[in-house]
Amino acid sequence: MNIYEEDILDHYESPSNYGTLEDPDISYEEDNPLCGDKIRMELKVEDGIVADIRFSGHGCTISQAAASMLTEKIKGQPLDEVKKLSKDDILEMLGIPLGPVRLKCGLLALKVLKAGAYGLKGWPGEEDEESGE
Amino acid sequence: MHAQPMNDALTLHTLDVEAIRNDFPILKQESDPRLIYLDSAATSQTPDCVVNAMDEYYRTYNANIHRGIYRISEEATARYEEARKKIARFINARRSSQIVFTRNTTESINLVAYSWGSANIREGDEILVTVMEHHSNLLPWQLLAQRTGAKLRFIEITEEGLLQLDDLDRLLTERTRIVAMTHVSNVLGTINPIQDITAAAHAVGAKVLIDAAQSVPHLPVDVQQMDCDFLAFSGHKMCGPTGIGVLYGKLDLLEEMPPFLVGGSTIRSVQREHSIYADPPAKFEAGTPSIAEAIGLGAAVDYLRKVGLEAIYAHEHELLEYAHQKLSDIEGLTIYGPKPRQKTGAISLNLDGIHPHDLAGVLDVSGVAIRAGHHCAQPLMQQYDVIATARASFYLYNTLEEIDRLYDGLLTAKKIFTRRRR
Repeated sequence: MNIYEEDILDHYESPSNYGTLEDPDISYEEDNPLCGDKIRMELKVEDGIVADIRFSGHGCTISQAAASMLTEKIKGQPLDEVKKLSKDDILEMLGIPLGPVRLKCGLLALKVLKAGAYGLKGWPGEEDEESGE
Repeated sequence: MHAQPMNDALTLHTLDVEAIRNDFPILKQESDPRLIYLDSAATSQTPDCVVNAMDEYYRTYNANIHRGIYRISEEATARYEEARKKIARFINARRSSQIVFTRNTTESINLVAYSWGSANIREGDEILVTVMEHHSNLLPWQLLAQRTGAKLRFIEITEEGLLQLDDLDRLLTERTRIVAMTHVSNVLGTINPIQDITAAAHAVGAKVLIDAAQSVPHLPVDVQQMDCDFLAFSGHKMCGPTGIGVLYGKLDLLEEMPPFLVGGSTIRSVQREHSIYADPPAKFEAGTPSIAEAIGLGAAVDYLRKVGLEAIYAHEHELLEYAHQKLSDIEGLTIYGPKPRQKTGAISLNLDGIHPHDLAGVLDVSGVAIRAGHHCAQPLMQQYDVIATARASFYLYNTLEEIDRLYDGLLTAKKIFTRRRR
């Protein structure tokens, strides 16, 4: 299975919702210290709905394509939906298998979003492992 | 599955690579695509003789060392100490007691920064490093400087990745207490002129620590000729196992230094309130050490001596010359660092706006394993104004044909990504 599927390359080449917002309600940025990829997410929230969203930053195909796809997915959705999104949702969205290192590239956008909206700072998926008694 | 035959004129003649590859089980494994391992600067592959030496310890004489008065413990002790002697001979240390076993290069450097550092570094002193250091030879000195109020100073590099030695006279002063620098850059492959720098450092009364993690595996290293005060390296980058590293030190320094980690093995006698510590190296080897790994490293040293470091160096040099020549016709490719004759077998590169992770990802699809990232050398990345590079690194078991596969993979990546550019 090739991780460089057309769909992912399309999002990388012409990302959706790329840029910044004036006066965003939520604005947050983080990088992946392992590779220096950086993503900033900005959101307008009206009545609990994600009215508008933009991302910016730089990084590898996976991190940028995942950010682009994620903005498409949650635009117009209730913000609370973001909280429910998991590692597996992102993997399903990307539609390709990712090893543990590239997984972080794929999850960076969701991590930034959750940190900005809810102050959840951990990597999506790792919170499950900690409580796995 | 196998590639087209190589050009005869380019066939390697310095090593019997076919026979060498046969010593490494991982390289004989059937897989599709076949593994092309170009990440030996991160960790090298392990020959059968090393795996067997560790296996033999666990299967036939597994016992703690320096304690038991019974046969297998005595055998384990003898083999552990024999490994120390082999390593001492390998780097031409005067005595085997100058070889301290640690976990890795990082721990060796931390040991010196804490032990020697806290006894010798005061406010206003200067510690000289280079901008091409791996984080493991920078952060221990950063912390030491922060703890003591000492100042960290840097030898800069030229555009082509060589140290700016013109600055050395200005940087080395009577305040310089130690120069901590790498022998070979883990990113650029640059071989630094250690002997000259050591002489200059000693002239102002400074000590010298060499990070030899990328040199001891790849070229002959003679600590007496270098005249360095400390030298640190890791087993797993030189055909040995993980979990074992070495700190070499001049004996008078090791004797004067206070202990770092303390506990079992480090003592001569212990009272309730104070203790008398053992002589080096025991003083620095607290707790049960990595016995199998030390024995494994001893076997790795035997193996490397048998092949010959001169031959390994020459082999890597041929690979480098070939790779530089071959890759340089890829448009948009940047190779960081010096020309082949000034470096060992590592090539750091970027390809025309393609993220290094993506390069490594495309190469992985065809079985080519390279490293992408900042290589634990962020100050160096900042110097070149890049976030990351892709790095291919070679060792005794690599072939010209594998470099052809690297080349093909880079072209594939270029095709995937540039086809789509507007």
